[in-house]
Formats: sequence, C-alpha cells, structure tokens
Amino acid sequence: MSTPVPPRLLVVVPAWNEEAVLPHVLDELTAHLPDTDVLVVNDGSTDGTADVVRAHPGAMLLDLPLNLGVGGAMRAGFRFAQRHGYDRVVQLDADGQHNPADVARVVALLDEGADVAIGARFAGEGDYQVRGPRRWAMGLLSAVLSRTAATRLTDTTSGFRGANARAIALFARDYPAEYLGDTVESLVIACRAGLRIRQTPVTMRVRAGGTPSHSPGKAAIFLGRAVLALVVALSRPMAPPPAVALAEGASR
Amino acid sequence: MTGYAFAVALCVALVVFLLVLLRTRKLREKYVVAWIALAVGVCALSLFPDVLGTLAGWAGVQTPSNLLFAAALLVLLLVCIQLSAEITELEEETRTLAEEVALLRLDVERGLGQARPSATQGTPATTQLDEAPDQQQP
Repeated sequence: MSTPVPPRLLVVVPAWNEEAVLPHVLDELTAHLPDTDVLVVNDGSTDGTADVVRAHPGAMLLDLPLNLGVGGAMRAGFRFAQRHGYDRVVQLDADGQHNPADVARVVALLDEGADVAIGARFAGEGDYQVRGPRRWAMGLLSAVLSRTAATRLTDTTSGFRGANARAIALFARDYPAEYLGDTVESLVIACRAGLRIRQTPVTMRVRAGGTPSHSPGKAAIFLGRAVLALVVALSRPMAPPPAVALAEGASR
Repeated sequence: MTGYAFAVALCVALVVFLLVLLRTRKLREKYVVAWIALAVGVCALSLFPDVLGTLAGWAGVQTPSNLLFAAALLVLLLVCIQLSAEITELEEETRTLAEEVALLRLDVERGLGQARPSATQGTPATTQLDEAPDQQQP
C-alpha cells in the first residue's frame, strides 16, 4: 500500500435520472482530466443512468439501491474516497451545468490551503441570474454563511465543491441528506468543525434538462426552508471532529 | 357502576392484548411500556372515579371528563412524536445500509473486473470442462 506522492483526486458525480446528458459530461471529464478517477453515484435512478456509466470506460459506478438525495449520494462518495485513500474530492453535477474545465480552479483553491472549495456562480463569471424572493433567500444564506465562515461566500447552494482529506473525513461521517443539507448545512458543519472554506468563480452553463423554477410561491417556500435549515444547522449539537482528520491536519 | 366495570374490562383486555403481542415479538418492549402504563392508569381511574374529580379540581378544569380528553390527546400526541422520531432513526439506518450496499457492490465488481482477464480466457475452458462430464454421463 505505497501511497503515490501527488494527491489523489476523485471526481464524484451524483446522478439521478441523467441518462441523456451524463455520457456527454463523462466524455468531457475524461477529456479534461484523463488521469483522474471519476465516480458516478447513481442515486436510485429509474432510467438507464447505471447502464450508461457501466458502458463508459473512464468512470466507476456506485449504484445506490434507493434514492437518498444528493446528500446521501455524496456521503457515499466521501466514504468511498476515504476508504480508498483519496486526498481530494471534487463534486460535479451530472446535468452538465458545471464545466469540467473548472475542476482545476477548485483544485487550485485546495492547493492554496482551503479545506472546502466552492465553485461559485455569482462571483463575476458567467451570466447566471436569479430574481425575486429566491434571490433574497440566496442573499440571506450568503450573508449568514459568509459571517459563519469568516469569508465572502456568494453562492452557498452551489453543487460544485472540492474537499481535502480533512473535509473528506468529516463529510464521510456527517453529510446531511435533508433538503439543503448537502449545500447549506454541510457548509455550517465544516465551519463548526474549524475547516477553512473558500470560493472561486466558475461559469455555469445552461442546464440541458429542466429549468429552475421562478414562481414566487415556490421561492417563498424555498426562503422558509432555507431559514429553517440555517437555524437547525447553526443550533444543533455537534460531535467533535473526527480524530483522523485532526491528526492529518496536524501532520501537514 | 356498570359503565365503570365496562371501562375496567376494556382496559384489562387491552393490557392482555399488549402482553400477547409482546410475547409473540410482534411489538417491542420499548413501545409497549407507554401503552401498558396508560391502560393501567385508565383502569385505576375507572376503579376510583373520584380521583378524576379531585385532579380536575387541582388543574382548574370544571368538567372532569374534559381533563380526561385533554390528557388522552396529549398522550396520543406524544406517541405520534415518538413514532416520528423512530422513523427518522430508521431512515438514517436505511440510508447507511444503502450506502454500504453500494460501496460493497462496487468493491465486488472491481474485484471481479480485476480477475476478469484470466476469467474471460478461462471461461470457455471451464464451461467445456463442465459440459464434458455431462456428455459422458448418459
């Protein structure tokens, strides 16, 4: 079990019913990152997502028997990374809105010493726009989480993330499956465990399938759930950070 | 008085039913205790109905039966909350198991994949070997 000198990177792609877009995303990933391992977590899809991944030579398939949500899929991914000795995990959405070329930016942020790196949509790059109550909700989340993390965070619901070994050890144990748990609450967990969170601007592409909802009613519900998620995340009792992560952090 | 006797009989029947479920492992002990305690409490009230009036006096409830209804609602609410908490725990356990199954499956598939180069070469040979005795048997 001799460990290679360069940090081992794993790209985790949580996928739920993405058979149409996923092959293209995987092709792009292997084209941009030929030496990187790619793990697709099939989150209980009812379409041919699993077959698409099995047919692809460059990707591993973690096939969940149930639909657990993004949080469940990602914790499974972090557990895989931890058990197989990966030093970095980058999460990338399966719907093609994240550009695989930006993985390098997120990894660069980890190189600079961040424990959790966020590829942010509203940080100057691209033309991604959100309006109305949904914008207020995202503004509130950004304000509260920026304060918690003591750094400016503009896009807390981004699914484009990087994690180093300390964050992997933490998230492999504690990554909520709740609504907004995989984005907002996971950041709070990282902050409260003393991890450094940084963001880097990335461009978002138009989603290949489906459009984000802009109805005011849904946005209001989103605002309410966001506030609830924040209150619960900030107030809930926390287990001490995993000992492995502390030892690794101290040795570096 | 017959009404009280009826209530006592009902509660005794309920306790017996719960004990039968418990004995046949259809109900776990941690869920039964609350119900048995409740049934015994109602039995006691049926046997000594004046207690309810005294309790209602202390609580400031004018009609004793209303105290009983309020208490019953409260107990049902608490049981519902307990069941919700148990479901949450079960979902977390299910989630952990689902993740574990997926991780193990990937390990198995990778293990088989690593063994495949020899296996694919060996597969025709082994099937031939398997078929050979069958052909010899008749």
